[in-house]
Amino acid sequence: MLPLLTMIVFLPLLGAVVTALLPKSRPDLPRQVALGVTLADLALVAILVARFDVSGGFQFMERASWVPEAGIQYLMAVDGISLPLLFLSALLMPIAVIASWKIDDRPAFYFAMLQLLAVGMNGVFVALDFVLFYVFWELVLVPMYFMIALWGGPRREYAAIKFFLYTLFGSVFMLVGILALYLHPAGGTFDMIALADSGLPAGFQWWVFAAFFLGFAVKVPVFPFHTWLPDAHVEAPTAGSVLLAGILLKMGTYGFVRVSLPILPEASASWAPFVALLGVISIVYGAAVAFAQTDLKKLVAYSSVSHMGFVMLGIAAGTAEGLNGAVAIMFAHGVITGMLFLLVGMVYERTRTRTIAEVSGLSKQAPVAAGMLAFASFASLGLPGLAGFPGEFLSLVGAWRSELIAPGYVIVAAIGVLLAAAYMLWMVQRVVLGTQSGTVEGITDLTRVEIAILVPLVVITIGMGVYWSSLLRYVDPAVGALLASMGAM
Amino acid sequence: MEQLLSYGWTTVALPLAVAVVVALTGRLTGRLTPYVAAVAPAWVLLYGAVALSSAIDAPGVLASGRTTWLAEAGLSVGWAVDGLTALMLVVVGLVAMLVMVFSAGYMAGESGLARYFAALSLFTASMSLLVVADGFVGLFIGWELVGVCSYLLIGFWFTKPAAAKAAVKAFLTTRVGDVGMLLALALLWREVGDLSYEAVFAAAGGIAPGVLTAASLLLLVGAIGKSAQFPLQIWLPDAMEGPTPVSALIHAATMVAAGVFLIARTWPLFSLSADALAVTLAIGGFTAVAAAAAAIAQRDIKKVLAYSTISQLGFMFAALGAGAWEAAVFHLVTHAAFKALLFLASGSVIHGSGTQDLYEMGGLMRSMPVTGVTWLLGAGALAGVAPLAGFFSKDEVLHAAWSADPAWAVVLFVASAFTAFYTARTTRLAFFGEYRGSGHPHEGGLDMRAPLLVLGAGAALLGFFGGPIAELAGGHHGELDLTVAAVSSVIALVGLAAGWVSARGATAPRDEAPYARALEWGAAGWKADAAVDSLLVRPVNALSRVLDARVDRGVVDRLAEGSAVLARRLGSGLAALQSGDAQWYAIMTGAGAVALLALVAYLGRGL
Repeated sequence: MLPLLTMIVFLPLLGAVVTALLPKSRPDLPRQVALGVTLADLALVAILVARFDVSGGFQFMERASWVPEAGIQYLMAVDGISLPLLFLSALLMPIAVIASWKIDDRPAFYFAMLQLLAVGMNGVFVALDFVLFYVFWELVLVPMYFMIALWGGPRREYAAIKFFLYTLFGSVFMLVGILALYLHPAGGTFDMIALADSGLPAGFQWWVFAAFFLGFAVKVPVFPFHTWLPDAHVEAPTAGSVLLAGILLKMGTYGFVRVSLPILPEASASWAPFVALLGVISIVYGAAVAFAQTDLKKLVAYSSVSHMGFVMLGIAAGTAEGLNGAVAIMFAHGVITGMLFLLVGMVYERTRTRTIAEVSGLSKQAPVAAGMLAFASFASLGLPGLAGFPGEFLSLVGAWRSELIAPGYVIVAAIGVLLAAAYMLWMVQRVVLGTQSGTVEGITDLTRVEIAILVPLVVITIGMGVYWSSLLRYVDPAVGALLASMGAM
Repeated sequence: MEQLLSYGWTTVALPLAVAVVVALTGRLTGRLTPYVAAVAPAWVLLYGAVALSSAIDAPGVLASGRTTWLAEAGLSVGWAVDGLTALMLVVVGLVAMLVMVFSAGYMAGESGLARYFAALSLFTASMSLLVVADGFVGLFIGWELVGVCSYLLIGFWFTKPAAAKAAVKAFLTTRVGDVGMLLALALLWREVGDLSYEAVFAAAGGIAPGVLTAASLLLLVGAIGKSAQFPLQIWLPDAMEGPTPVSALIHAATMVAAGVFLIARTWPLFSLSADALAVTLAIGGFTAVAAAAAAIAQRDIKKVLAYSTISQLGFMFAALGAGAWEAAVFHLVTHAAFKALLFLASGSVIHGSGTQDLYEMGGLMRSMPVTGVTWLLGAGALAGVAPLAGFFSKDEVLHAAWSADPAWAVVLFVASAFTAFYTARTTRLAFFGEYRGSGHPHEGGLDMRAPLLVLGAGAALLGFFGGPIAELAGGHHGELDLTVAAVSSVIALVGLAAGWVSARGATAPRDEAPYARALEWGAAGWKADAAVDSLLVRPVNALSRVLDARVDRGVVDRLAEGSAVLARRLGSGLAALQSGDAQWYAIMTGAGAVALLALVAYLGRGL
């Protein structure tokens, strides 16, 4: 049996090394290597998905001793919660490569960084040893920092440092949590599966939860730790924004589901009202601030804060519906926001502006781009029949059923649904509809390649929206197992 | 035939497939596109008709299917067809088909027809889903999708800013209602743990009265949004920016009636809350009279019909509130026929005369006889003239209101008088007297005339089917209340006469008229838009700007940056930080971790 997960995680590392060593005289080679590697990686993940047993719990497990003295293992596996996120990561990578096709400034370095990012992202979703998890978690920081700092917009240095320091601040606390678990007599291991059965005392859990919370909350990001996100998005190149919103944010919420809930179940319950409160604030606050944005990328960035708030609400609920919903939003938001950032990038390339007031009447001149943007907007506002709805619905319904969360939270969160429709449709009204602005005059519609990278995302958005089970048949049994293990504590 | 019934899901799937086909091939099929698209509603109509004929013999669910979506959470979705569903399918299929045929003539020469007919097919699919769903989840999905189709079709002429704005307004206003509905679903899920009608209705008796009322009122909020009832009526007059056949189908006959359908469908739940019924009666009664009065002040023929629709839906809500859901369904069916007719006839008028302004019409009966005669049938039905359809159904509504609460019945009688008034006024201004416009009014082609004739027959005859319709819906049909019929007939005749007289000289300038101010208010829909603008839109906008500039950038971000600066000073590693030295970060990470670890170990030592 091939070590499939190892291959999936480290193939891009091989790709990154090869790309970095490519001769400078062939500037077109790096992107081709990167595309080949990421497509191969996607193929491997497809095999993984095909062989995945829906009701089989953790699978494709690879376990080896790494640093025996400290009990550190090389431990990887996937379950129905991590599989969708791994798939999402593998899917968005080739799209990010193609979206970066025109990068001509130090292409070898750029595409090496992009692939290195894939190593970290894939690794986080499969690692089940805390040391390994932490290594991948931190590894993600470096390439993203460089992508923003070197290939970003005018304020790239500020944005890159802010992103780096913020996340570093969070991960320090996470490291503390990891070490605390290791040093506690009831813990004593970095093995995340074993820790879930360790029966840690509730008072201790409470403190460890707080440490992990800071690490994850910054990444999500939850209000009030979110202000790095709009800056990072605005300055990052398109591919950076796609991966940042599509994958990096999910690392935070994935952490809550993979670490906080199973290992610290009592603390998760006692912290739930607080987590839900911040989730609800993020939903409404993110949406309200999105309303005021004049820059397309910032609008999408704040909408992400709002959508991730729904994920937090579903997680805090701790019910089967809520957790299904949380994972569903993580996946759907990655696909839909990926589409939105790609389209904003495509519009920017043509009009040289992202200011909403300067672009209008796109639909007459570029009907395909306009139609796609309207489609993605409707998906983003949670239209039933498209991918954004199932998660929002389940997290709201699950939250109201939860005994941990006051109904008032759910009512306020529902207002976020309304605000989402308002800021998205108002944007569509100004950018897509109406009379044509000067910036739009004479621009070309989407190219075939651009359409080709959007189509898979469109298909997934419709497929998952029409048939929720296409995703949730993986998630639901894993959620059941998670809840059973928490209940057994 | 029985076998056909087991394919109820095709009433959604086939129109959906047609929508995709039309969207992809609409440019190739050219003038045939409307007829390709019409396959979708034709199938819905056929299925509905077969189901209807079976339902007459066998009450209850005729056929159903369901699948599990989420085992852990116990969520399943499915479809079920009973008499009420069959009735709705026939209404939706028939009106949608006629509208598509009518559009073949009305929309000829427009660009973007593939988009237009694909959206109409998608609407047919969504509306079918709304009525065949066997639970709240499917209903809600269809409910939202018809909203999108409405958005797409109101904004069909999207380069026109008014159309774009109206489309957004319609979607957002109805979504206010949808949020209420979403919360109703969450509440029922919490109480029952299942969202199929069957399970919810079975459990309804055991739900605490307060919770039951809350759930019913939240459903009502959804219904109010979709059916343009006070205070969420503001979107419907603006929705007239869409092509007129769309107004006939979506904004008169089917989608806006979805709120009435919702309450009729959830009657076993809704009827248990007396408070929810009382609120429904009040909203319906008030909307009926206020919108009918506003219709009097309109100059645009479509705006008259828009306010008329709001008002007639108010009658249906009043019937629901009075406990007579059969009467509401009956009026829904007759209204679908005569209002779709009036809208299509107005479309014919707009098409033939090139204007929507009643003051530029006049005498069209001579140049457009088919349109004129069918309009008279629709107008008579609307005003409640015996023996046209609206007479019978409105009689039932009024009778029910009288039994429930005479005060609201009086309000509805007043609304009936206003209805007759604006109907006569509009009819005279458009079709009688001298032609005041500058065009050459003419009748449309056969594709436009045929739908008018079919609907004309419906408006004339449907009233005699009150009994079967009530039974199909699963309820009982009341006898014609002769007292109510007599009173309402007198009221209708007086209203018609007064409206007829008022139309004379209406086109003269009337700035000095004592009631000019009232007319101005009425024409603006009692200034509801201005109220919403100053109470809601502007405050939300202002708040979001304050949050963005003052709070987000001014406070939250400052605090974050401030703490970073503070950390730098405390660490006095200023130079190292600025150089971006990776080693420095590593040291800082390590040092910070150790310090915090010590803290956690200290705090957690006794645990």
